[in-house]
Amino acid sequence: MNVNALIPTVDWRALAPFTIVVCTGIVALIIEMLRPRRNNNLVVGVSLFGLLVAGWSLFGMLGGPSDESFAGMILNDRFGQILQLVMVGSCAVCFLFSEPYLREKRIPFAEFYPLALWSTAGGMLMVSSKHLLMVFLGLELLSISLYCLAGMSRYESKSEESALKYFLLGSFASAFLLMGIAFIYGETASLHLGRISEVLGAASASPLSTIGAAMVLVGLGFKLALVPFHQWTPDVYQGAPTNVTAFMAAVSKVAALGALVRFLWAIGTLDTVWFPLMWWVAVATMTVGNLAALVQNDVKRTLGYSSIAHAGYLLVGVLAAFSAPGRVSLDATAFYLISYAAMTIGAFAVISLTASGQHEGTRFYDVRGLWKRAPWAAGCLVVFLCSLIGIPITSGFFGKLLIFQAAFDAGLPALAVLLAVNSAISTYYYLGIIQAAFVTEEGAVAPRFGKPSASLNLACAVCLAGVLGAGLFAGPLIRGMGTAEVGPPVGVPVQDPLTIHTKNTSD
Amino acid sequence: MTANQVAFLLVGGLAALGATGVVACGEKPVRSALCLVLNFFLLGVLYFMLGAELLGIIQVMVYAGAIMVLFLFVVMVLALQSQEAPRHKERRWPLAIVGAIALAATVASVIVTFDPSPFSQPVGDGYGKPQAIGAYLFTEYALPFEVASVLLLVGIVGSVLLARRNA
Repeated sequence: MNVNALIPTVDWRALAPFTIVVCTGIVALIIEMLRPRRNNNLVVGVSLFGLLVAGWSLFGMLGGPSDESFAGMILNDRFGQILQLVMVGSCAVCFLFSEPYLREKRIPFAEFYPLALWSTAGGMLMVSSKHLLMVFLGLELLSISLYCLAGMSRYESKSEESALKYFLLGSFASAFLLMGIAFIYGETASLHLGRISEVLGAASASPLSTIGAAMVLVGLGFKLALVPFHQWTPDVYQGAPTNVTAFMAAVSKVAALGALVRFLWAIGTLDTVWFPLMWWVAVATMTVGNLAALVQNDVKRTLGYSSIAHAGYLLVGVLAAFSAPGRVSLDATAFYLISYAAMTIGAFAVISLTASGQHEGTRFYDVRGLWKRAPWAAGCLVVFLCSLIGIPITSGFFGKLLIFQAAFDAGLPALAVLLAVNSAISTYYYLGIIQAAFVTEEGAVAPRFGKPSASLNLACAVCLAGVLGAGLFAGPLIRGMGTAEVGPPVGVPVQDPLTIHTKNTSD
Repeated sequence: MTANQVAFLLVGGLAALGATGVVACGEKPVRSALCLVLNFFLLGVLYFMLGAELLGIIQVMVYAGAIMVLFLFVVMVLALQSQEAPRHKERRWPLAIVGAIALAATVASVIVTFDPSPFSQPVGDGYGKPQAIGAYLFTEYALPFEVASVLLLVGIVGSVLLARRNA
């Protein structure tokens, strides 16, 4: 057999960002091995440099046309590139404030950096592939690194609990995903999303493909923390070291959303089945996330529930784009992802200040008087939380506004209204965090905090620039996205289940 | 009924029994693990019967051999038998029945509408042989193969990280 003729030509340009991030991780690991018991500054420096190069190579590809290589295993389009940029940036910002936090908590593992880099690489694969095998491998790369990182704080039982819970439930969800992929392969004899879309489009929905698609959606919904697959989120977010929580909240959510969009695109013709389901999932995710956040007394837990709610807002954006293909694009969702990553990482970065020695208190009363000890970080926290609420001039406001508009344009007014109501509810608990950070009662002993380091202040500044910059330049940023082409090529516009009986005025 | 079908029903039925045993012996981890070994081994036999020899060998070596032996080591070293598993099976029954019915309905729907014509053609030369699988792994599936190697690296680094209490 002539093997040479079968060897595919390697498209290194398309593969460059992924390769750079993986290799940076390997280099960082080797440096860590060569310099045991030294400080990790060199490891951090090399990792940041590698992320910078990967970001630069992604940025260079932004202008190019979208194409597929490796038989669709690597897909190069603007949506994927923007999501990959968000992940690379999120990882870099997490690294900025990780070192002082890990030192303060006496977590001596420099392996954090390579593992986080490989996790990012896995996320990058998930959003830039049209091949279900690659999506699964990317998801496992992302998740297995995160399971280990969540349990990194070895002397804290809640960190171990977090890792174990995440691992057990995550493996369960992966099994669902894999079984679903197998069912879909059984129906379509292909793992390529384009081919799957063709085969499913040609025939009517069969039980096998429907159940397969549902199982894949369960697996991805778990990663995205959609209700009812969200129960792990608060415990895992609370128990994991704060820098890992920030990483998890940003990178794994972006990756899962990217994969979800690609998969929904492929099963576009089954939309009579999944659209009503996902509609209700979006409603439940927004509402349950916000209502549960109201009764929490731990800042990390509250932010965990808030991230569930934000996944719901993102899902509204996705549903809007899918129900009105051609008219509503995914730009609003991509923009919201950028601002979500900046404000969430920023908020967790500030909260990481509450670690003092090996103790870490993240209850509301543990952050009292934060502004006295770290005025810059506390000031930034206010901006991040305002952005999470959606107060004007922050990017969170424009993101919500855009998704709200998109939902209206796509004929999903009920979702738009629920989004607005939920944003109003969320004000209460975000203000609670601000109040805890700024109000000190007379005579109460303020808890000890670690001193904010220069790199933490820098991380806050980067997130602040992201939140305010994306807000101020929302117009040009949106026009520059151009993610419209990922929209579904097939499928009829679906209607809002609640307005299905009213007159459809959009046509 | 042909000899082939009889052999399939025998091996497949035993494999299903083994899988049932894994769950049924839930309170005796060693027995449960042994049932799993039986199941893995019989699955390997099924692969052989389908002509996928390499897959069968790997199934027996990796799953029945390496992974399950490790499982048994862990179970025996940690002496898990001594711990009473918490019993709250009653609450799980309805969900389990719903899931089983859904799965059975799916499988039934496939069997009822099964069209054997695409499967009646003979397979090509070298089907299931190591050469064919190797050629696939290093050509069309070279990229997933490499990604899987990164995944293994993550597994190694991660397990070392979790096994150390102090640097």
